[in-house]
Amino acid sequence: MKKLKILTNGILKENPTFVLVLGMCPTLGVTTSAFNGLGMGVATMFVLILSNMLISLLKNFIPDRVRIPAFIVVIATFVSIVDLLIKGFVPSLGDSLGLFIPLIVVNCIVLGRAEAFASKNGVFDSILDGIGMGVGFTLSLTLIGAVREILGSGAIFGHAFLPASTNILVFVLAPGAFIVLGLLMALIRHIQQPK
Amino acid sequence: MSKKTSTLPNMLLALVVIAVVAAGALAAVYALTKDPIEKEQQRVRQEAIQKVLPNFKGEIKPESILAFQGDKQEITVNLAYNADGSLFGAAVETYTDKAFDGRFTIMVGFDAEGNTIGTSVIKASETPGLGDKIKTDEFAGQFKNKDKKINPKASQFALKVVKDGGEVDAITAATISSRAFCDAVNRAAKGYDEVLKKKGVTK
Repeated sequence: MKKLKILTNGILKENPTFVLVLGMCPTLGVTTSAFNGLGMGVATMFVLILSNMLISLLKNFIPDRVRIPAFIVVIATFVSIVDLLIKGFVPSLGDSLGLFIPLIVVNCIVLGRAEAFASKNGVFDSILDGIGMGVGFTLSLTLIGAVREILGSGAIFGHAFLPASTNILVFVLAPGAFIVLGLLMALIRHIQQPK
Repeated sequence: MSKKTSTLPNMLLALVVIAVVAAGALAAVYALTKDPIEKEQQRVRQEAIQKVLPNFKGEIKPESILAFQGDKQEITVNLAYNADGSLFGAAVETYTDKAFDGRFTIMVGFDAEGNTIGTSVIKASETPGLGDKIKTDEFAGQFKNKDKKINPKASQFALKVVKDGGEVDAITAATISSRAFCDAVNRAAKGYDEVLKKKGVTK
């Protein structure tokens, strides 16, 4: 039961985007369409799970005072390795995710979970936390991307269903990202609020 | 294993070990992926040449040239020769620094008279959903079969977006990317001209 709670924690109760409000740079930057949101989410989840695992393994080796630089180096190395491997061996995936992978280094969710969870918990729990947070992040980004794509481009996952004349351009631009994020955040807070 | 305390030797040890392991891992992965990544870039280039010169089957001879005075980097003019040695045209790998996000690289195909045949984006990091529409047919299709007669007053190939008095419809809310695309195509045309001049071929 406790394990399940760790897993579902990231999806709603501590959703990284809407509740923890972490990793806003990629959230606002790449969610111009549902597919971009999904791609960024999946790429982040992958790194999150592996970095959580590695850092929970290393936690006793790293003295407290230097933990942040140590975590950063571990995460950055990891992202670079993933980036190179994808470019080298799965170029078709690199074409669609290539833009997002280097951005993960600056995503503070990865560092945030390393600091708040993986450095205090065991390997298995840390992996579960990585999966939960990753799924939560992916869902939020896909949701924001979908809303922006519907309003801004009249399409969903690239399939246009509204004529171009009804597109509201501001939702594709940066201000639209803030507006959608704010409204969705308010909605989710409203749902979560105990009546 | 109990937690290491934050003494100077412990901190030094931890950071040095992590940095060395990280550097070693990166070096190994870099060496491992260097060849596949290069091959992939080669393949992308080949495919782009195929795409911008669709009916061409012959020999490609690359030439590097500085297109405009003041350009910082040379462009590659891949001259395309038919089997009988006559000039078919060229696939020019060109770039622009006027893009919204850094530089983008495109391939432009020309026939022997200097008219464009088609374009293909090789590398661009324009804003997703806006500037990256330079990859769509709707925009890039405009660069098929453009010739120099479009603007008879200009001494050279000079495509411009409608807003600047030209003939290219810019992408909505991505005028900078559209202008940059024109700049890259113009650079390609100039480079092609220069290479032909150097070789003494008249179009």
